[in-house]
Amino acid sequence: MVTLGRPKVCIEDVSYAYDGKLALRGVSFDLPEKAITVLFGPAGGGKTTLLRLINRLNDLVEGTELSGRILLDGEDLYAPGVDVAALRRRVGMVFALPLPLPGTVRDNIEYGLRLAGVRDRARLDESVFRSLTQAALWDEVKDRLDDPASSLSGGQQQRLCIARSLALEPEVLLLDEPTSGLDPISTAKVEASLLELKQDYTIVIVPHSVQQAARLADFTAFLLMGELVEYRAGKEIFTKPHDPRTEDYITGRFG
Amino acid sequence: MNRYAVQKVGFALLALAALVVVVPILVVIGSILVRGIGAISVEFLTAMPRDGMKAGGIFPAIVGTVLLTLGTALAAIPVGVGGAIYLSEYARDTWLTRAIRLAIINLAGIPSVVYGLFGLGLFVIFLRFGTSILAGSMTLAIMTLPVVISAAEEALRAVPTEFRTVSASLGGTRWQGVRCIVLPQALPGIITGVLLGLLRALGETAPILFTVAAFYLPRLPRSPFDQTMALPYHLYVISTQVPGMPLQTQHGTALVLLALALSMNVVATMIRSYYRRRREW
Repeated sequence: MVTLGRPKVCIEDVSYAYDGKLALRGVSFDLPEKAITVLFGPAGGGKTTLLRLINRLNDLVEGTELSGRILLDGEDLYAPGVDVAALRRRVGMVFALPLPLPGTVRDNIEYGLRLAGVRDRARLDESVFRSLTQAALWDEVKDRLDDPASSLSGGQQQRLCIARSLALEPEVLLLDEPTSGLDPISTAKVEASLLELKQDYTIVIVPHSVQQAARLADFTAFLLMGELVEYRAGKEIFTKPHDPRTEDYITGRFG
Repeated sequence: MNRYAVQKVGFALLALAALVVVVPILVVIGSILVRGIGAISVEFLTAMPRDGMKAGGIFPAIVGTVLLTLGTALAAIPVGVGGAIYLSEYARDTWLTRAIRLAIINLAGIPSVVYGLFGLGLFVIFLRFGTSILAGSMTLAIMTLPVVISAAEEALRAVPTEFRTVSASLGGTRWQGVRCIVLPQALPGIITGVLLGLLRALGETAPILFTVAAFYLPRLPRSPFDQTMALPYHLYVISTQVPGMPLQTQHGTALVLLALALSMNVVATMIRSYYRRRREW
């Protein structure tokens, strides 16, 4: 058995259903701090659902049922009285499609901070610089900060979305197939910045291919039909899977 | 006949049907313009009526209609837009929200004269507003409300859900997402809907008949509790109630009412097309 880092997020026997359909069945594992954990598996396996549970974005959906616990630094995210907006500042999210908000590049980065009540110009400017640099976008947009965000290319927009989350200095960054709409060059840039970011952030990513999973993984979880089939440290799962279902998926027998 | 010929005949008939809609509009506008333009003068637009409304101007009726429309806007916009935000952004699908939606649909189908009687009963008599601008505006506002709510809700729903999700994921409360993203994006649609609703209020006669309109009041209203003349009712009066009324005066009054309505329509269209070009989604 491999040793894991200090757990940042603990998922304890989580089952989740919407409209009476079970999307997660008794999933338990820990997400280690300052590392990249990859959630992979075929579509409909519950990866996105699990991701959205970690920052409570699924609260916006009606008719759902959750059992089990999800802990962030040992505290139950779903305990009564939890400030959900504050939680989402600690746990950022990047979606599959780049979704810049209406407004300029700068507006997008500052949005979360302004909602949190930050008004200080110097601090906002500092954040714009820092987060765009972290997302490997600063050099490309430093002269276009006041252009509409929609005028950026798709790859730039997606890195802007990453920067937008980073501006809030979250502890955990959730990424749901962040490169699915990007060309290989943009994908490489995003992956490079993720490898850089894991020094400071706990990263959870749903990759858009097994290859990407293998490139990024410090820890790997294989989810199939709402079940956690296998969870391992390192990239071993891709070469010596323990479970035959994992092997079938990786070798391309299904999915 | 081969099937292409059949198709051509079919299209021709459909085009004719579309044309049938346009012809009456052109005839109405054209005939009012031709017969009424001679009545338009500075005096006609800015003077009080004289000689049993046969001479002088229609100034108090114009002012009355503008005041009533403003009063309607003041009452209908906050309630209508507020209700639409609730229905679109907060309300879950329960029996209560279904009942509210049903009420809105039915409210839109009520004949305007019924609104007039309702306004008479509630505002004029029960709430003791008297026959007044206040009572008339309120009655028109209730009539306008379904249009404003439906249009505003549609405009809010047209804003992609993803914006709300993104706002929430960046630590925004539901209200912050609505205020900072959804509402500004929906605003052009809301403004258009509000203007179209007010357009209806501007031209209605029946709702103001019992609640505010004065038959002949050659002075400007002094307070919200005052009666006033108004263009649609004035037009009705001079067309049917006053013998020997010059035809030109009638058409001139209709022309002014039409011009007010059309200008609001043009503003609504301009706002819509301006923002549609600027939209980023």
